[in-house]
Amino acid sequence: MPIISPDKIRRIILEQSKRANVGHIGSSLSIADIIAALYSGILRIPGDRHPERDRFILSKGHAALALYAALSLRGWLTADQLNSYCTDNSLLGVHPERDLAYIDFSTGSLGFGLTMGLGAALAARMQKSPRRIFVLVSDAELDEGSFWEAVMFAGQHKMSNLIVILDKNNQQALNYTKNVIDLDPLTDKFSAFGWGTTESDGHNIAEMTRTINGFDTVNGKPHILIAHTIFGKGVSFMQNQIKWHYWPMSEEEYQIALRETGGGQ
Amino acid sequence: MRTTFLKTLVELAEKDDRIVLLTGDLGYLVVDEFAAKFPDRFFNVGVAEQNMLGVATGLAEAGFIPFVYSIVTFAALRPYEFIRNGPVMHRFPVRIVGVGGGMEYGYNGPTHYGIEDVGLMRIQPGMTVVVPADFQQTKTALQATYDLPGPVYYRLGKDEKTVIPGLSGRFTLDGGQILGQGKDALLVTMGSIASEVVKLAEASTQKGYSPSLFIVSAFNPAPAEDLKKALPDFKLVLTIEEHYINGGLGSWTAEIIAENNFDCRLVRCGIKNQVDGITGSHQFMLKHYGLSAEKLLETALDELKKHF
Repeated sequence: MPIISPDKIRRIILEQSKRANVGHIGSSLSIADIIAALYSGILRIPGDRHPERDRFILSKGHAALALYAALSLRGWLTADQLNSYCTDNSLLGVHPERDLAYIDFSTGSLGFGLTMGLGAALAARMQKSPRRIFVLVSDAELDEGSFWEAVMFAGQHKMSNLIVILDKNNQQALNYTKNVIDLDPLTDKFSAFGWGTTESDGHNIAEMTRTINGFDTVNGKPHILIAHTIFGKGVSFMQNQIKWHYWPMSEEEYQIALRETGGGQ
Repeated sequence: MRTTFLKTLVELAEKDDRIVLLTGDLGYLVVDEFAAKFPDRFFNVGVAEQNMLGVATGLAEAGFIPFVYSIVTFAALRPYEFIRNGPVMHRFPVRIVGVGGGMEYGYNGPTHYGIEDVGLMRIQPGMTVVVPADFQQTKTALQATYDLPGPVYYRLGKDEKTVIPGLSGRFTLDGGQILGQGKDALLVTMGSIASEVVKLAEASTQKGYSPSLFIVSAFNPAPAEDLKKALPDFKLVLTIEEHYINGGLGSWTAEIIAENNFDCRLVRCGIKNQVDGITGSHQFMLKHYGLSAEKLLETALDELKKHF
């Protein structure tokens, strides 16, 4: 199994968002290690559209650049495709589209991904398939009522083949989550709805891989891994800063960011 | 229609194990047979229509044909963005079944009236919209469309007895059904209110005018070619729908007339203004909004007198 380097994911995030002059950098950096873990030693993907592949839904679609980076590092996106990110006539927009190979579901509207993942999990169960369904959600996305509709259904039906990874970076577009809708205590909430809850350092790939691969996905409860992350992880001036949800980088900021992530001039 | 629909769905599900039925906790005694026969393919998702549409999208990705069932407003309006971003944008075969098109839930009031669903659904080019006129056509329409590759919206009524004379359950996806030979007016209609339009046609004939009916049973594709063939024979066209006059059948007909330079007067009969809080039986509500056969006759005669 090829090991996807989170450092390389971060480099691609920085390079592509600088070239395209777009934001969502902090949100993408936040999940670089989660994505690296998923696309290194967790997701079983025999091929694009293979019926028995594990499904992955990036419910926080605005961080698709991290996903594109992983797909390119796996060899599933060409350099030309990656370099088309946020250009005219490209399938690589800010949010992922199923028309692009290896994207299972289109996302971009928060609160939608888990409901689709639940259907995918139900389908796997009905087809008696061991495939698993992974949904990566943001913490602010939990403001959406539809998310909790899906949480309750998954608990009721003990959807143990459903694994949610929560990117808990404690930020949303305009403020910190505790100042908008305080989500804590999250483990209590999910436990009360019949979910198996686990917490992890969202930047520790070995720990997340070990934890997720230890989940019982045949019997039991739906799983949530609450991954504690740092928004903008790896770039000091972005970390935990609201501005970097939307802001693009200046040339000077870009050079600092590259140096801090192990590259640059 | 809803009972016929579910009975037909059971027949189809016996032969096709891709069919799954989801309900938003509605359909007492209507969904029971399906639930009993196919317990592994039936899910009551609870009162959670957004989740229901997302679940259906996920099921469809894996090869299932999920039917989601609720009252029109809860099936079509509450989860509208989920329908758009899910089945429509993914081009997946999810079927949305809305019961109680128009004001069939009379005493329940406006929260239960499906009066803008056809407009909302038909503006999504990827969404096939099926609006049967009676229970016989409900059966043939479902048989003809249940395994289309893209999403389908079914707008159903609750009447399991009334038959549109001469229709005999005929349904073709892009075909309009013309009933009658009269040339004084073309009465274009869709859905359950077709039975009122039949009464309107009979009453008009007694008054000395001879109209024809044109029944629209689907959009995307809509029977545009059949309507274009029929229109040159008429100077007066009335559209009659249990729906706001904007967005639905009347708007579609206006588009066909305007874009093809037909020389005729169009009168759109439907709900013209925002509904008020008055409730009553279905028949009362039709009268309240000028859509009962008697009220429609007044409108039709006013227009006919201008032309003849």
